[in-house]
Amino acid sequence: MGPFMGFLGRDRAGTMTATTSSDPSRNEPSRVSRPLPGHQVRLGRERPLRLDCGVELVDFTVAYQTYGRLNADRSNAILVCHALTGDQFVAEPHPVTGKDGWWHMMVGPGKVLDTERYFIICANILGGCMGTAGPKEINPATGKPWGLSFPVISIADMVRAQAMLVDHLGIDNLFAVTGGSMGGMQVLEWAALYPKRVFAAVPIAAAAHHTAQNIAFHEVGRQAIMADPDWHGGDYAARGARPHRGLAVARMAAHITYLSEKALQEKFGRKLQNRAAVTWGFDADFQIESYLRHQGSTFVDRFDANSYLYITRAMDYFDLAERYGGVLANAFRGTATRFCLISFTSDWLYPTEESRKIVHALNAVAANVSFAEIVSDNGHDSFLLDEPEFHRVFEGFLDGAAEHRGLPRKNGR
Amino acid sequence: MTAPSHERAGAQTNISRAMRIDLQLIADMIEPRARVLDVGCGDGALLEYLATFKQVDGRGIELSMSGVNACISRGLSVIQGDADTDLKDYPDDAFDFVILSNTLQAMVAPRDVLGHMMRIGRHAIVSFPNFAYWRIRLDFLFGGRMPKSDLMPHEWYDTPNIHLCSIKDFVALCGEMGFRVERSLSLDSSGRARGIGAGFFTANLFGEQAVFLLTK
Repeated sequence: MGPFMGFLGRDRAGTMTATTSSDPSRNEPSRVSRPLPGHQVRLGRERPLRLDCGVELVDFTVAYQTYGRLNADRSNAILVCHALTGDQFVAEPHPVTGKDGWWHMMVGPGKVLDTERYFIICANILGGCMGTAGPKEINPATGKPWGLSFPVISIADMVRAQAMLVDHLGIDNLFAVTGGSMGGMQVLEWAALYPKRVFAAVPIAAAAHHTAQNIAFHEVGRQAIMADPDWHGGDYAARGARPHRGLAVARMAAHITYLSEKALQEKFGRKLQNRAAVTWGFDADFQIESYLRHQGSTFVDRFDANSYLYITRAMDYFDLAERYGGVLANAFRGTATRFCLISFTSDWLYPTEESRKIVHALNAVAANVSFAEIVSDNGHDSFLLDEPEFHRVFEGFLDGAAEHRGLPRKNGR
Repeated sequence: MTAPSHERAGAQTNISRAMRIDLQLIADMIEPRARVLDVGCGDGALLEYLATFKQVDGRGIELSMSGVNACISRGLSVIQGDADTDLKDYPDDAFDFVILSNTLQAMVAPRDVLGHMMRIGRHAIVSFPNFAYWRIRLDFLFGGRMPKSDLMPHEWYDTPNIHLCSIKDFVALCGEMGFRVERSLSLDSSGRARGIGAGFFTANLFGEQAVFLLTK
């Protein structure tokens, strides 16, 4: 930890790359009161959400965004589940960063998730930091931010909260549930918990459990956050601090796992950052260092450190088969949902083998399943990028499912 | 052979015109609305035909990624996988028909694949090139080199066809495994189909390829 935090400290002092900010105001607790675009609903007042950890969540908020229009018989809704650091701003500029929505390539008129035919819903996950109940939000019982008193949540809890939102929207059956990475884990939970409510399920670049390696990388991130003195045992909000150095390091480490070695080598190699030779010091001599520092420093502007702890924990605890006697196939027994699993050749975080295990489980219960592995050098992040073959397969599957659901196919076919 | 129903209805489309002749024969053996698994489904031509004209609940397995992606893009339920290893995951009697068209000869363990097909399906439909076809016999006899044909165009060193057999071989294997041959057809070089008689002598000599419908 020491040297790593040291170089970030120097960054803050402003001696270094242009890619990291030295704005001291970032140490302030940020934007708690700024209203976010989109919708927010209070749930759980009549029927509390019973979490896997045993705690009951009463009166909690879920922030969500929708695109397109719900049809008259409420049969065209697609729930998009976001990944670890995603949020409900799928297709529009992000309210904090101003950058394009994380799946703007996928969601919109005439796109794969065609807003002219489908009603797209995306909710900020439970434990998140963009308006849904999480450690950053105020605990209605105490009037103070939850911090580490927020209960530890699971992927299934996130899904149960989404189901309550879908109830609130008056939708019985979702035409499709989709998402990449942790979004894909939620898709699997949806299919397992609410098989009758999910007509089609598209988990992308996902896995049915976290491996030792997955947990290991997350633990590095959590330790980076908790080692930051500004974390204050999770109580930084009350102290007017933010552990942005720790969170930035967590993001840097995680970001490496989202890319393939080949892509890193081709994009950065050993190229130096705005200099002719190495400086015999610990500046960001290499472009890859500068790039990672940039990723870290921009991330902290839009993400909460405690949320990062809670969500990574939920992912680590995820093992879908566990609830079903260790047999993954039992999670899907009797399912009528149409599945399409998609993986990417260069994804080493949730490699194709993990998707294949899910396919085998679905085959074992004779489920309706498609599975494609897409050739890409873009690693785990491929699901967020312009991958024409991925988009073609996804669209083809949805079109086929739409036909079976009695929804219009693309171009009114 | 009776004409397929869609031809009688005058509804022949590009789908069926583009289909290999053995696929057409296979399609005619399948009951409407059956549960079908097509092993080695290629670009999905047969599955799409069956879904369109026989309303089957169809699934496919295909080894090549390009084939799989083409299938899913057409709205078919297909997984990327290998028949040699992936059939074992399916439960018993999950399908009415399991199809293996022009693929048996490329399997590492064709006997095991056949066994799994008959385990997971009520029926199996298998088509394959007949290695005892007279042209192949003559080719080898007088040419002295590994035979090639339209159905088997590869050189010996890069052919995927590692377990070629004759009609007689196949019938013997079915007998050994206890599978009943419900229907069998041989196709000559002009694509004319004939029932395979009890002696198989004619079929084994003049059939360029064969289609078998097997039952447990």
